[in-house]
Amino acid sequence: MKKLFAYPYIVWMAIFIAAPLLLVFYYSVTATDALGNTYFTLANFRRFFSPFSPDMVQPFHERIFVVVALRSLRLALQSTLICFVLGYPVAYIMTRKEYSEKSVLLFMLLAPMWMNFLLRTYAWLTILERNGLINNLLGRLGLPMFDILYTDAAVLLGMVYNFLPFMILPIYTSLKKQDPKLVEAAQDLGAGQLGVFLRVVFPLSIPGVVSGITMVFMPAAATFIIPHLLGGRQYFLLGSLVEMQFLNIGDWHFGSAVAVIMMMMMVVSMVVLSFFDKGGENHGRGTVI
Amino acid sequence: MMKKILLTALTAVVLLLSACGSDQVTLQVFNWGEFNHPDIGRMFEEEYGIAVIIQHYATNQEMYARLVHQGGDFDVLFPSDYMIERLILENRLAPLNWDNIPNIFYLHPYFETLPFDPQRTYHVPYKWGMFGIIYNTTMVHDPVYSWSILWNDDYAGQIYMYDAARCTLGVALKLLGYSHNTRDITELHAARDLLLEQRNRGLVRAFQGDLIRDSMIAGGAALATIYSGCAWWMMGENTDLNFAIPVEGTQFFVDAMVIPATSTRQAEAEKFINFMMRPDIALLNAEWIGYSTTNRAVLDMLPDYWRNSQVYWPTDEVFARGDMFRDLGDFRQEYYDAFMMVLVGG
Repeated sequence: MKKLFAYPYIVWMAIFIAAPLLLVFYYSVTATDALGNTYFTLANFRRFFSPFSPDMVQPFHERIFVVVALRSLRLALQSTLICFVLGYPVAYIMTRKEYSEKSVLLFMLLAPMWMNFLLRTYAWLTILERNGLINNLLGRLGLPMFDILYTDAAVLLGMVYNFLPFMILPIYTSLKKQDPKLVEAAQDLGAGQLGVFLRVVFPLSIPGVVSGITMVFMPAAATFIIPHLLGGRQYFLLGSLVEMQFLNIGDWHFGSAVAVIMMMMMVVSMVVLSFFDKGGENHGRGTVI
Repeated sequence: MMKKILLTALTAVVLLLSACGSDQVTLQVFNWGEFNHPDIGRMFEEEYGIAVIIQHYATNQEMYARLVHQGGDFDVLFPSDYMIERLILENRLAPLNWDNIPNIFYLHPYFETLPFDPQRTYHVPYKWGMFGIIYNTTMVHDPVYSWSILWNDDYAGQIYMYDAARCTLGVALKLLGYSHNTRDITELHAARDLLLEQRNRGLVRAFQGDLIRDSMIAGGAALATIYSGCAWWMMGENTDLNFAIPVEGTQFFVDAMVIPATSTRQAEAEKFINFMMRPDIALLNAEWIGYSTTNRAVLDMLPDYWRNSQVYWPTDEVFARGDMFRDLGDFRQEYYDAFMMVLVGG
């Protein structure tokens, strides 16, 4: 009987998760020749790691798609770090608030997400533009202009702005679940405020931190709209590369190969993170006992 | 471009909703975003009893992907010249039955014989324009007549380049004195390196598409490369803006109505094309989109300041600076690669 209820989701998964993944994988290991015949090859993957044209000699880290991959990783890591630094205190403060204040804060956090992601990113264009909101204000106050639009700072800002709630919410949930008695117990046993936080509260919240990191890192590494709108296409990321292959160039094989490489990167980072997660849990339990 | 994606999404929803309706003939029209008067579909339906669903695309490549890779069911498309050439070569278009399109009578003589379909078997020209430089006269103090101003360090960080491989490489190719249809890899790479140099010298503010319009109107940059039709509209919004067609030559384009070979409603599609060429309807569209018309009756009906404008209707001497993009066959991949390199920077 229980199994029966799982079927709709299994069907859903087969159609919308497994089948597309298989298709992407199939495209990534095939190519079409001039006569329209499809054959299996690893050339798409080789192309990703090769110099841009055969006559060029380039060290590995200067090869064009490797540059793109490293740039995506760097920006994704930076935005994840910023989200964590900004998000953890917010989540922590929220759990320490009275119930009514808590819901107001939660509402303020979620309300912007009711609006379309694209519109919100567009809005940043108007805000950051050379004659935009910020510069208008600065100009009136006689302050120098602030021009970060179309730089990696703007891309980073867009990422942090859009993905911050995904960091705060899981951390908030895991902090809220903690039994306040644990904190009292630690205090009874002589731990100071910092000790309580570092040895009880934080270790117990690591699962939330890990899922927060995953939920920020992955979309940040894959986004193409943010670098497109706020980076002026000059901060070309892996997501932009996939978009370009599918929408402009029509090379689905190479686009799929890039997508598969991105998925591999995600899997690796998940494995690394899950290692931390486990370590965190054990460590947390030890502290409490 | 995003605006257009939103529009496409919206029309897709409308499509889904209306697909649940009756079994009467419904025409599927696939046009550029913002390139027809919004009431056109309703007006056609009222007159002919044929429902029209208009979806929008932002680039020729997107249109091609929807039609070919995703098997889109369309009856009328509005691709550009070189894309029509490609579609003809790939046998993807249906020859038109001119008996159903008597309004071809109104076609302006400029467009009688176009190189991508010289016998005019497959297309009816819809709009045209030229690629050039829009600039803000309060920020640019040098005369603008050459593409080389886009490499002038006085305007570092104040130049928008167009986010399209062939347009932007075409600028560099023309500046170097080459054809923008070149299949010579050395010439193409020289153009690519010129664009990389422009980028690395910090001249380029961004590579953007439609976003250029709002930003230039708001005074966000000094110079931008853009099509004449957009420029014409932008100059109406901000009188500090002016438009120049560089002496080195540029792209002259025609977007035309065609019927894909897969269409099962060809007669109705031809009725629609004929409707779009009818002077009153063509005028409505022409005034709405701001791109130059291909309809000689419309040209006579437009206000004088449109007809006499160098931007809307350039003199023969300026008109002669333009030539068309041609389909590049498999060499087009080289253009995409070169442009990708410019975008990634290296």
